Amino acid sequence: MSDSNGRHLSKHTVIAWLEDKPGVLNRVVSLFRRRNFNIESLSVGHSETPGISRLTFVVNGDDRMVEQAVKQLYKLVNVTRVEDITHKPAVIREMALIRVKVDGQTRSEIMQIVDIYRQQIVDVSLDAVVIQAVGTEERINSLIELLSNYPILEMVRTGAVAMTRGHVGRNGSMAQQQRRTAL
Amino acid sequence: MKLKGAQIIWEALIREGVRVVFGYPGGAILPTYDALVQYPQIHHVLVRHEQGAAHMAEGYARASGQVGVCMATSGPGATNLVTGLADAIMDSVPIVAITGQVPTNLLGNDAFQETDVTGITQPITKHNYLVTDVHELPRIMKEAFYIAREGRPGPVLIDICKDVQNASTEFVYEEVEVKLPGFNPYFGISEEAVRAAAALINQSRRPLIIAGHGVQMANATQELRHLAEKAEIPVTTTLLGLGDIPESHPLALGMCGMHGEAHTNLAIQACDLLIGIGMRFDDRVTGRLDAFAPHAKIIHLELDPAEVGKNVKPTVALIGDCKESLQALIPLVEPARHREWLAEIAAWRRDGEERDILNAEVDELIPPYVMRQLWHSTQGQCIVVTDVGQHQMWEAQYFLHERPHQLITSGGLGTMGFAVPAAIGAQIAKPEALVWAVVGDGGFQMTMQELAVIVQEQLPVKIAIINNGFLGMVRQWQQLFYDKRYSHTPLLNPDFIKIAEAYDIPARRVTRREEVADAFAQANSHPGPFLLEFRVKEEVNVYPMVAPGAAVGDLIRRPKVVQGPSGVVPAW
Repeated sequence: MSDSNGRHLSKHTVIAWLEDKPGVLNRVVSLFRRRNFNIESLSVGHSETPGISRLTFVVNGDDRMVEQAVKQLYKLVNVTRVEDITHKPAVIREMALIRVKVDGQTRSEIMQIVDIYRQQIVDVSLDAVVIQAVGTEERINSLIELLSNYPILEMVRTGAVAMTRGHVGRNGSMAQQQRRTAL
Repeated sequence: MKLKGAQIIWEALIREGVRVVFGYPGGAILPTYDALVQYPQIHHVLVRHEQGAAHMAEGYARASGQVGVCMATSGPGATNLVTGLADAIMDSVPIVAITGQVPTNLLGNDAFQETDVTGITQPITKHNYLVTDVHELPRIMKEAFYIAREGRPGPVLIDICKDVQNASTEFVYEEVEVKLPGFNPYFGISEEAVRAAAALINQSRRPLIIAGHGVQMANATQELRHLAEKAEIPVTTTLLGLGDIPESHPLALGMCGMHGEAHTNLAIQACDLLIGIGMRFDDRVTGRLDAFAPHAKIIHLELDPAEVGKNVKPTVALIGDCKESLQALIPLVEPARHREWLAEIAAWRRDGEERDILNAEVDELIPPYVMRQLWHSTQGQCIVVTDVGQHQMWEAQYFLHERPHQLITSGGLGTMGFAVPAAIGAQIAKPEALVWAVVGDGGFQMTMQELAVIVQEQLPVKIAIINNGFLGMVRQWQQLFYDKRYSHTPLLNPDFIKIAEAYDIPARRVTRREEVADAFAQANSHPGPFLLEFRVKEEVNVYPMVAPGAAVGDLIRRPKVVQGPSGVVPAW
């Protein structure tokens, strides 16, 4: 995919660690707007360290733009660390809640689909069910596509959260750890 | 010792070495102004508009290298600071702005004179704070100064609720720890990168340095000169880099970019190695990016990693303080001579000099002549503070800067109205220096109310108004790119001499060439402030010029000086 300036765009997943203080999320979001970065999704919550929040965002951009996003984020005083994990082995997941309209006939069809996707029905009423789906973005997209044959009444997605695979020490990336071990 | 928030502000400022504050009182900052009377060691400069306070703090900081401080009340007081903060972040000027805010119980209530100042200034400050608890005030004051001056300097704003100024707490300062886990502005120098950079320099046949503001801020002018002389590398500078190397130095080429002399831009296009030092490859320097320095490998010495690769992707980057990087680099650079390369540049330079408007025998009063005379009359020793527009570019071209911090100008933001208040700040920072504000007739009228401050503070600031009756640079663009439709650029001006007289500032109008030297001599020898108005030829253009979006080598040269019936006349 390319934008109007002919730049090659692709999805990047970036993790940022922020001080948990009032207004910090606003600083981050405001920076994305100010620098004209196109954010696909953004998800924030507590990290393992008290006082530090962890933000995962997916940005659609070329390498230079993402590099800029990372560097500019790092300049924010309340951002303690930033890592672009796009090219690293990582677990990337998101969750969706999907309310689908059902009747006596379609309910069992939908239950079958949900079963095949190894997801869960978390609420049932006479004319609707709520499906909880956890997985990669592609997997959730694929489930939603199937479910859209039955009218989807309501949907919410969390956006991606991510963690690199393998053991990552608190003081650096996996590669840095390995380098230290090798020395 | 228990102190009120208002006292803590002053106590903290004193401990940060602040002696001067530029400000304007108002409702939400009243407790702080009330406490000020207990602190005679602070010199408070009452401005006439808060924008003036911000630019004065900038002028003070740019001239002295110290953090400048400005103060304003909430709402309109704070919003009037915005232009100065935006200017300071673009040019990396360390200032701390302190604003009053409505009491905490009214925050978010649309109270009288309430504005979301931290929200407004977030993108134009390095960091900002809203203080709602007096216990946090000492730490925040300390952090603010630390952030403003460390790393790449910039503005920090502290918005302090009125009730916080009135509340009391135990005051400690020296013991307060600055804990900023996300603020690590320094990087160790990569030896690998230093070796790679030295190898590129040693291989190069046609090297060129572009030096920027960072060289002066890092106090690295000696190192720059050492590198240039050791490997015989010519040095061009950005606008804010003027003074990095004395312009009388044989390797100094002058300013490059949109209004740089042709030989500097042609050298950029012809060099095989471009060394950017403490500069950020701004669009006014690079012109069309994909055609910039097409044959060159690039070494970038820069403190802020976000500037590396933002516009121009370097072959080698040395991230860190450029003084340290240069010190590491110089021993690895082999002595070299580049006579052919320098001769090539010298030939381009001669062509430019032949076209120089100053070589034309004209009777008219033209701005380049005024700028060169300013230089002559002060033996190049004064501090020059310029505003924005044509006069700013002529000053850059015709005043020969010998020292760092000699030129103070609004580079990145291009703020009209900057010169008069910034000159006031510079004069207060350097009381013994001769300070000249050079300003156009348009920009002067944006902040001329600060003349009152010159008189009130008894400052010997000199002002040169280059009056061409136009918003000159905009008119030039209209002439060149908008088919000469002068939409709202002619100015109906007041009598500037009478305005000066109203403030009791002696003034003189200059309309002829023969008077210029005498007028400057009169102003320079006068002990107090002096205003000169130069009624210059109206439609003169700044050349050379790289049109916006054009490659820097693709420049509009100075028109050739052609022979006319009454001798030599230029064809502009």
